Amino acid sequence: MTREYWRWPESRWTAPNKEWQGAKIITAGVDVGSVSTQSVILVDGELYAYSSMRTGSNSPDSAQNAMKWALEGTGLTMDKIQYTVGTGYGRVNVPFANRAITEIACHSRGANFMYGPTVKTILDMGGQDCKAIHCDEKGKVSAFLMNDKCAAGTGRGMEVFADLLSVPIEDIGKLSFEIEEEPSPVSNTCVIFAKTEATGLLKQGWSKEKVIAAYCSAMAHRVVELLQRIGMEKEFAVTGGIAKNIGVVKRIEKEIGVTALIPKLDTQIAGALGGALFAKALVEKEQRG
Amino acid sequence: MIANYGYKDGSGEWFISIDTDKCNGCGECVKVCPQTVFEVTQDPNDPFREEPVAVVSDGHRKKIKYTCNTCKPVTNRPPLPCIVTCKSKAITHSW
Repeated sequence: MTREYWRWPESRWTAPNKEWQGAKIITAGVDVGSVSTQSVILVDGELYAYSSMRTGSNSPDSAQNAMKWALEGTGLTMDKIQYTVGTGYGRVNVPFANRAITEIACHSRGANFMYGPTVKTILDMGGQDCKAIHCDEKGKVSAFLMNDKCAAGTGRGMEVFADLLSVPIEDIGKLSFEIEEEPSPVSNTCVIFAKTEATGLLKQGWSKEKVIAAYCSAMAHRVVELLQRIGMEKEFAVTGGIAKNIGVVKRIEKEIGVTALIPKLDTQIAGALGGALFAKALVEKEQRG
Repeated sequence: MIANYGYKDGSGEWFISIDTDKCNGCGECVKVCPQTVFEVTQDPNDPFREEPVAVVSDGHRKKIKYTCNTCKPVTNRPPLPCIVTCKSKAITHSW
């Protein structure tokens, strides 16, 4: 079997030494993205468990699978979860969700939890779109911009390159620095044309690393334009899968002259985490009447 | 919140921005737009806002450059109906 270089590792996590029994509020957020699905469970507003896996061809199934996996081994069951928020591309297809909220609102809220109230500019680099968000200290969105018209600057584009160059996707960031000097970015922003261009560059004798560097830098340049429109502030964070690719993140930092905050949690769960936080706030609102 | 709807591509920046703090959800923009670009709904990006708000409808977001063409002739461009009609000055176009 040929190796699938684009395939990134799926993961799950449970908080050590934390019990859900006796908790007042248990909420969940499910982020059904175009490429990955995450499920986050909060117990009294604290992170209890999460799972991150690939979205299949069926959104309701993906949502259910992610949820099941997050609950696995915890003894917690779906009926104990008081409120679930669905978010992401497939948010209306989460059968057990009480409400759907856009991923823009959820990412902002999730990043606020992950990075603390100081974070003001968030760049979410998702599987098939890219969002620039400006928010206040409570994680409320104050401006946003979304590019979902094409795959440039998204995880899917990176997957295409991983496959083309036979480089495991997790190694791309590191390899992109194994070059003698920074090449100019690939000129095409369109993933399909960029792939064509890369094939040409390989034929000209460019090394894999150099092509990767040129693509990472094109991607960084592309998203920086979005950030500039939204208003860039120093407290800046990247969420989503691409946040794990230092080849892109470092180049964004270089271009804007700001260092991104260091994530304390898996950056891919930001949306689902935000959803679960909204779920908690909505339960509390209901209880207040 | 400044909600930017539209996109940026090789041909330029095509965004309609709605300032949701100014928008009161009156729906006048929905009535005057010849292409029905706007709709008034519950704020999709702020689950706690109770007042409705104008948004650019989903179907137009990826082709806004073309949709708005009819109101934007190259010469003698008249004031845009959506901008003129909005009393709270919540709507702006990037081009």
